[in-house]
Amino acid sequence: MEYSSQRKIFQRRISRGGLIYTPDNIFTTTIDKAVRWSRTQSMWPVTFGLACCAIEMMAAGSAKYDLARYGMEVFRASPRQADLMIVAGRVSQKMAPVLRQVYDQMADPKWVIAMGACSSTGGMFNNYALVQGVDHIVPVDIYVPGCPPGPQSLMHGILTLHEKIMDGEINR
Amino acid sequence: MKNNNTKKSKLTNFKNKLDFWATNSEEGGWNISSTDEGSQKMLENENEKQIKIQTGTEVVDDFVIDEDTSDDERMIVNMGPQHPSTHGVLRLQAELEGEVVRRVKPIIGYLHTGMEKTGEELNYFQGPTNTTRMDYLSPLFNELVFSLTTEKLIGIEVPKRAETIRILMTELNRVASHLVALATGGMDIGALSMMIFGFRERELILDFFEKTTGLRMNHNFIRPGGVAADLPDGWQKDIKEILKVIPEKLKDYDDMLLDNPIWKGRLQNVGILTTEECFAYGITGPSLRASGYSWDLRKSQPYSGIENYDFDIPILKEGDVFARWRVKVLEIFESLKIIDQAMQNMPKGPYKIQDKKITPPPRKRLDESMEALIHHFKIYTEGFKVPEGDAYVAIESPRGELGCYIVSDGSSKPYRMHVRGPSFCNLQALPVIMTDSPIADAVAAIASLDPVIGDVDR
Amino acid sequence: MNPEIIKSTAEDYKALVESIKNDGFEMMVDLTVVDWFRKKEPRFEVVVQFLSTSQNKRKTVKVFVNDEDLTLSSITELYPSANFYEREAFDMFGIIFQNHPDLTRILMPDDWEGHPLRKNYGSGRIPVQFKNAPKVD
Repeated sequence: MEYSSQRKIFQRRISRGGLIYTPDNIFTTTIDKAVRWSRTQSMWPVTFGLACCAIEMMAAGSAKYDLARYGMEVFRASPRQADLMIVAGRVSQKMAPVLRQVYDQMADPKWVIAMGACSSTGGMFNNYALVQGVDHIVPVDIYVPGCPPGPQSLMHGILTLHEKIMDGEINR
Repeated sequence: MKNNNTKKSKLTNFKNKLDFWATNSEEGGWNISSTDEGSQKMLENENEKQIKIQTGTEVVDDFVIDEDTSDDERMIVNMGPQHPSTHGVLRLQAELEGEVVRRVKPIIGYLHTGMEKTGEELNYFQGPTNTTRMDYLSPLFNELVFSLTTEKLIGIEVPKRAETIRILMTELNRVASHLVALATGGMDIGALSMMIFGFRERELILDFFEKTTGLRMNHNFIRPGGVAADLPDGWQKDIKEILKVIPEKLKDYDDMLLDNPIWKGRLQNVGILTTEECFAYGITGPSLRASGYSWDLRKSQPYSGIENYDFDIPILKEGDVFARWRVKVLEIFESLKIIDQAMQNMPKGPYKIQDKKITPPPRKRLDESMEALIHHFKIYTEGFKVPEGDAYVAIESPRGELGCYIVSDGSSKPYRMHVRGPSFCNLQALPVIMTDSPIADAVAAIASLDPVIGDVDR
Repeated sequence: MNPEIIKSTAEDYKALVESIKNDGFEMMVDLTVVDWFRKKEPRFEVVVQFLSTSQNKRKTVKVFVNDEDLTLSSITELYPSANFYEREAFDMFGIIFQNHPDLTRILMPDDWEGHPLRKNYGSGRIPVQFKNAPKVD
């Protein structure tokens, strides 16, 4: 009984002039936007620190440049539980199949950030031993340049990824 | 007959879909067969009995408790290259008997960058940018050893101020590297707050590096002939701040860990390395000093003026993981002493050698003198020439003896550049300390040896 | 600190290393190879560095390897630290060490062909094409 009377009041309010007359804790959105918003909050990265960029990634997760404010300080060791792979460091020929296997084991939706010059394009090591750019192996969403990129650059990259997902540029 | 066929095709269709779903890769046939660990194999229809057992309609109760399960069943376990506690991309193949490791084989090469080949294509002025990325936790040491070897080949001596700046920066780097070793080691063993503490202190040092060299890591600051730039104004204030804050915070670590029974139980009498084993496997650095032998290249074969400083080297006798931890903490205190002395006795003078053939001129002079312009051009495009010969110089890096062997053929690029990384050699001790101990101690053992895989694989 | 340099032949190598070990040089610190392609005969030279902590001295041994079969005896029984170093020399240059316990590739993938640090192996450099630049070979 009470519920139906509340419903009538609600409907009367909306018919009077729209949502502006309802109490403040209701907002409307589309499912798409809600899903996209929830995907950007607390994306968990998988530990894929390879070389010097890994140290800067760890520094980004520690006290001075805090990744925990975005909910991302838990670096999951298991790729099944993670949805972001930050390839931090140089990928050698021996490591390339391992990288692909870890990427395949991640569950959808997943994103990849290529951190540093070596994973974006091979960096200063243009030789036989490195894969010249990790986008030869996995699809990359954001490239963060630097050698190594400071924690602030990495966080700018992560926030750009969040914006791209919220805007709908990356559809998964 | 017809029924059978359609059933089988349904099964295979489903199986194909299952494979695709598990891998879901749109890029080519990359290793699909090796990644279908997510898809289970469906049995063929002919195998009625097995399907019945699987679905539970036929119960086979022939379980017998074996009295004589042989203890020889060994299991090979792979601690893969992607692992949160292996300090980088190190792969261990361990043969376990129950919980005890019987054999272990470290497999490296997952970070091989061909730096020695790149070193043959960069001239001596560009060399430090390459070597500095080998041991990425202590980059200034790599640059220092390359510069010392080049200077030995040319036969020059750097000015006193350059030597003191080099010692100041490298000892700061030693403190930073030991802090990372303590932080990651603590995190691996379970003291998660060590990670936050260690990196927080390191940020102070990295701020100073950024002011002086321009970068937080991989600086390319120590070059053949001196250092790249002078110390900034007000550097003494920053150093005093570092010298005040770090000992207080180290006391925090001791409060948390030193009398902690969990800590001691996990680290004491684990991974013991005796002095004879250290000699046999060529291990130097804190691991050798924790086993009771007093050997430090800063005291026995001093480099770059370090013989003028007054410091001790901590020696402990037990040789277990706890001793290696304590040696690192004590070494931080000793390095702070050296930094204090370097700050107080910093001589005045040039920070680069004044030889015109090696050091580029300051930029203002390029507008004034034609000769300066020509020298600048020659040095930055072709590089300076180094006489023929070969040299091996070794210094004491936070991990052990870091050496560089350069063979020169008279041109401006090294003919052969080889860096003796301490972690490459220290890693050979891993089978020694892991054999016949439980697998649960593997993480503590690796953390105590402090390998940096960039140095191992180069 | 200048190490004492000893040049040796491939046949005397093992006996020389034994005598160095008996002299009190406890540690073998470094083993590397220099490739004198077209500059000297024979082609490969193995350079080994020894360190004595008790006497505070260093020694360097330089050995030229046989050109036909590229073999040298291994010193892993005397100095176990040579294990990884000799594997790296095999991987990068192709020098075969006799009586080595496990002579396989260590830094490159197991099925890699070629020995990368030889002088006649190119650096594998991919020429970089910049946008709006005329195509250069």
